Amino acid sequence: MGQQDGGSAHVTFRKVQKTYDGEHLIVRDLNLDIQRGEFLTLLGPSGSGKTTCLMMLAGFETPTAGEICLGDRVINKLPPHKRNIGMVFQNYALFPHMTVAENLRFPLAVRKLPAAEIDAKVKNALAMVRLEKFAGRYPQQLSGGQQQRIALARALVFGPELVLMDEPLGALDKQLREHMQLEIKHIHENLGITIVFVTHDQGEALTMSDRIAVFNHGVIQQIDSAEALYERPVNSFVASFIGENNALNGTVESLADGCCQVRLDCGARIEAVARNVSGVGARTMVSVRPERAFLADGEGGGNRFSAGVKEIIYLGDHVRVRLDLVGGHDFTVKMPISQLDRQLRSGDQVVVAMAAEHACALDPVVDAH
Amino acid sequence: MSEPIAETAAVPLKRLLQRAERMKKLRYGALIAPLAVFLLLTFLWPIAALLLKSVDNPEVAAALPQTVHQLSGWPGKELPHEGAYAALVSDLSLGKGSKTLAEAAKRLNMEEPGLRSLLMNTARKLPLASDAGPRESLVAMDERWGELCTWQLIARNASQKTDYYLLAALDLTRDASGEISRGEQGDSVFTEIFGRTIWMSFVVTVYCLLLGFPLAYLLASLSKRSSNLLMVFVLLPFWTSILVRVAAWIVLLQQGGLINHVLIALGITDEPLQLVFNRVGVYVAMVHILLPFMVLPLYSVMKGISPTYMRAAMSLGCPPFKSFWKVYFPMTVPGIAAGGLLVFILSMGYYITPALLGSPKEQMVSYFVAFYTNETTNWGMAAALSALLLAATLLLYVVYNRLVGSATNGAPQR
Ligand SMILES: Nc1ncnc2c1ncn2[C@@H]1O[C@H](COP(=O)(O)OP(=O)(O)OP(=O)(O)O)[C@@H](O)[C@H]1O
Ligand SMILES: [Mg+2]
Repeated sequence: MGQQDGGSAHVTFRKVQKTYDGEHLIVRDLNLDIQRGEFLTLLGPSGSGKTTCLMMLAGFETPTAGEICLGDRVINKLPPHKRNIGMVFQNYALFPHMTVAENLRFPLAVRKLPAAEIDAKVKNALAMVRLEKFAGRYPQQLSGGQQQRIALARALVFGPELVLMDEPLGALDKQLREHMQLEIKHIHENLGITIVFVTHDQGEALTMSDRIAVFNHGVIQQIDSAEALYERPVNSFVASFIGENNALNGTVESLADGCCQVRLDCGARIEAVARNVSGVGARTMVSVRPERAFLADGEGGGNRFSAGVKEIIYLGDHVRVRLDLVGGHDFTVKMPISQLDRQLRSGDQVVVAMAAEHACALDPVVDAH
Repeated sequence: MSEPIAETAAVPLKRLLQRAERMKKLRYGALIAPLAVFLLLTFLWPIAALLLKSVDNPEVAAALPQTVHQLSGWPGKELPHEGAYAALVSDLSLGKGSKTLAEAAKRLNMEEPGLRSLLMNTARKLPLASDAGPRESLVAMDERWGELCTWQLIARNASQKTDYYLLAALDLTRDASGEISRGEQGDSVFTEIFGRTIWMSFVVTVYCLLLGFPLAYLLASLSKRSSNLLMVFVLLPFWTSILVRVAAWIVLLQQGGLINHVLIALGITDEPLQLVFNRVGVYVAMVHILLPFMVLPLYSVMKGISPTYMRAAMSLGCPPFKSFWKVYFPMTVPGIAAGGLLVFILSMGYYITPALLGSPKEQMVSYFVAFYTNETTNWGMAAALSALLLAATLLLYVVYNRLVGSATNGAPQR
């Protein structure tokens, strides 16, 4: 899963495992190639091992098994300060006893660059995050967003080719977070560096990344572009974790040419794309995105179910109609305002329809998300 | 129509607010009032009283009121006029055998040895037998009554306040003409003791820091369970009586003690070392007792320093030890400052430990305060030494605060 071929892998995780206590594997058999210049996001629920992976790459944790390569070089034993990897921490970790300029000088002074060069680089870095005026301030005299930008500048000022960011925007409010997402994306494009970004905010992941690795229980569930993750999830975890999802549980009745008939628990039958089913008779979860289903009036092809309207939620640019499928499944339909029938009231009986290609039959859900 | 209402309403509103605020303040005030009274009665008032004692000088004015009156305005260039002698004779005969006179005699004797007997003997020989003038008779009785310096001394102590004790605590005296000068023997008893007190406190503070810093670091980086266990050992000294601990150190450090046995057994030394009743013993015991005062503030500061700072430094290319020195250590400065100040100030007042574990050369200022209160009941000297100790401590605190304050102005505001 997620293995890519290609000559220019910047970072390679090969069969990496990690345990802290010798009993539970936090990271299980991680294989991952990160391309040079790529923006890769590690996405997953809390405790899924994202930070652990990042810490192993930065050198603060050692893998229990397997190896991590930077270019062609195995770096398992290389101490963190020799890895030349930039890092942005969640709480910024700006040194409180140094001014902004001193914080930025720190990595350059450690590398013993000539003073003139240091000054020039610090100035450039400050200009990049547009905080030239704040060089003489102490970090606690800056706002959260400004501290964040300084942390970013500090991680970039010594010119690393790889930058790791562990939920760097977690502490910012929504508006600032969206602003910073674009800013980081632009810096990535301008500098051409490789960025490994950790978040558990999927919107952030979808906005910023070239590829997203979805983690759960220490395993990469799927690694793909935002579009592929959303449209073609490989398992029920990814389908539920990324975006909104109507989950319909049932049993596979027949399977042919990548299409299958599923008998839902409520008794209805649905035709779906068989993406991850083990065979006829197996349990499955059929995933339908709310915007791929619609309220139909007349007869027509595809899957059709009658349903009762439970609730109509008005959200400005679209409406969300919550339905009760016959048999008791909850189902949500999302549609543009223009398609809403103004007469529709909760309690009305409607027909909900979806094309077979927009229903994905996946592996059964074991633990509810 | 509505305007006047608003205007008339505005004033009561303001007053209402004030009343509400006043109630709140009163309530807060009432909450801390018992503590304030307690502190006033048990702390501020005694200290103020003690400090006043260091300049208090009631003895001579009380015993020789008429003489003092006659001497007021006396230029002190030549012997006083006949009236002063007559007043002295009258004062002495009135005060004969009284405690007031004895105290004045003792007080004057402090400054000029022999004056006690002069005063007491003169009083005993009164009333004057001859018909000669009082001056003639007194000088005939003891020629010191004809000396200028005797009278200068009395005149100098006529006032209710004196700087004699404070000067003496700094090894200074006023000579006959009232000029401040070094003590005539040129000895520097008290300056040496003050210097020793400060130096010993400084050394103890440095040792506490050297031992306490790694310990606090260990405590802060261990897991909660092991650090709690270790903390018990750090706090152990708090739970045993100071006398027990001092006695234990004597047992351990003495010539035939455990430590000397071990040293000899290991072949490190042939002769038993003198480890107690000298500086070494005092330092060992004081560092042991004061270590928790260094460790606790350091620990609490270090506990608040997130390990990500060190990680950040290393990710920026800084080797671990340098990261520690450049990033971690500066953040511990507030803890070092607090711990250092605590240990230093506590050491400055140490009494029992040097008294029991040191030779006379290890005694600090507090020992002499105790000496003057217990042995010679010289409250003036005891108070003067205390006052100077307090002043020195406050001065050091101010200097220290200035230095440390400027060094940590960029530190996190926790
Ligand atoms: N130093 C450690 N010692 C023991 N267990 C740890 C340690 N660090 C992390 N863990 C455990 O490893 C698991 C994964 O942690 P990790 O920090 O990698 O999760 P994460 O995906 O970054 O989660 P989050 O989104 O909450 O940051 C968690 O169950 C955590 O309890
Ligand atoms: Mg994490």
